[in-house]
Amino acid sequence: MSPKISFRDVVKTYPLKSTTFTALGQVSLDIGDREFVAVVGPSGCGKSTLLSMVAGLVEPTSGTVTVDGAPVTGPGPDRGVIFQQYALFPWLTVRGNVEFGLKLAHVPAAERRRRADHAIELVGLADFADALPKTLSGGMKQRCAIARAYAVDPEVLLMDEPFGALDALTRVQLQDQLLDTWTQERRTVLFITHDVDEAVYLAGRVVVMAARPGRIHRVIDVDLPYPRTEEIRLSAEFARIRNDVWTHVYHQSPAGSAA
Amino acid sequence: MTVVTAPEKTPTTPQAPRGARRTVHPLVFNLIALVLAIAVWALTAAAGLADIPGPLSVSSRARELLSDGTLTEDALASLQRVLLGFALGTLVAVPVGFLMGWYPVARGLLEPYVQFFRTIPPLALIPLVIVLMGIGETPKIFVIFLAAFMSCVVAAFQGVTGVDRTLIDAARVLGASDRTVFLKVVIPASTPFILVGMRIGLGAAWATVVAAEMIGAQKGLGFEMVHAQTYYDVPTIFVGLISIGVIGLVMDRLLLLAERRLTAWQERR
Repeated sequence: MSPKISFRDVVKTYPLKSTTFTALGQVSLDIGDREFVAVVGPSGCGKSTLLSMVAGLVEPTSGTVTVDGAPVTGPGPDRGVIFQQYALFPWLTVRGNVEFGLKLAHVPAAERRRRADHAIELVGLADFADALPKTLSGGMKQRCAIARAYAVDPEVLLMDEPFGALDALTRVQLQDQLLDTWTQERRTVLFITHDVDEAVYLAGRVVVMAARPGRIHRVIDVDLPYPRTEEIRLSAEFARIRNDVWTHVYHQSPAGSAA
Repeated sequence: MTVVTAPEKTPTTPQAPRGARRTVHPLVFNLIALVLAIAVWALTAAAGLADIPGPLSVSSRARELLSDGTLTEDALASLQRVLLGFALGTLVAVPVGFLMGWYPVARGLLEPYVQFFRTIPPLALIPLVIVLMGIGETPKIFVIFLAAFMSCVVAAFQGVTGVDRTLIDAARVLGASDRTVFLKVVIPASTPFILVGMRIGLGAAWATVVAAEMIGAQKGLGFEMVHAQTYYDVPTIFVGLISIGVIGLVMDRLLLLAERRLTAWQERR
């Protein structure tokens, strides 16, 4: 089966005063249809750059990024993005935010309303549909952002450290909710995080990256069944995989030695 | 020294005075400040410390000017100039500011002019403007226009450049074109900046009108004050000054109210 998302020899460099800074050096990775892939790595390893390329917000310096075999040329509603800073439009209500993408797609009003309400319901914000973002907590803001992405029904969900700014309890709740909706309506998910536990708990495959230059250090399969529960989180197998990932994240060989 | 004995009455009214003190409306203090200022003014005048009229003679002069219609006429004349100049200034400043913020080329072309003319007080242009445009309404409105434009254009420009990058990205990944990003994200996101710019612009316009009227006008608060100066009519000058202050304050409050309404979505810290 052909991959949903494919990185081929992707390099990203930024010009500096006298030299060039290599954010990503020669990354190749295939992500299958409806697969949940998490990317972990130290800061500066280019994991967010990887996501921005699929989103069409950043262009690779060389190499190709394809979705469904077609090179990415810009952003589009087939790829939903969830940002760490929520990025809600503060002047719109929860419903206004969720309907934003549907309006752009010229979805008729009644249908728009129905789909927005469905997405709002899915993330448990039905009671806050008419609230402005400033009245919501961080967790609720992020749930609204998730509903906004779901509403346009993207095939690919790109999540850039979405739960990074939340407290531990809210984070776990949103992780469970995300898995819940993912098992109901499977999409391809590329999930960036610096939290090893989060990566292992959510993903079917964890990509460990290294920094300077940003590159893939190791790809680790997570052979844990879905739906994942508290029991799995506490299992010995989970601990084993987490330790494996942890080791590769925090005890990487010195920069530059990898090919 | 005697030993301090415990007060016996305290338990009966424990928290009441403190609670009452907290609920005093801040307006009460504003009012006290106002009364105090008038009292100081009255005392200074009565004691002959400065050769100024007291509140009573000024208010009776104000009554005279009101009853013969001069004050109303002057205030309306000044207001009309300010509002016209301010409206024109804002109307031109917002699109120009947007243009400068959105297109680097427009910014490169326009910014030198804006930065240069911003350093020249609009009043300094009056001699030139009178030579070029005469002493009718046009030069006055032009100077006010310039004062409002300069304050507002910078605010609009900064509003656009200050729009959160992730908000623009969020709109683009949902399928927004450049045009949609501008209309649906940049404009609402920069509204708070523009409204602040408008407030500063209105203040600048009001300050300018009075000065502009001091040079060749037939009506207006500024004209009336210069006119009174030639007759040593100090009470009238006081009436003019107070009217300028009160009208300026009212206009500022009105814009502040509009700002609060239009940007109620903002997170205030």
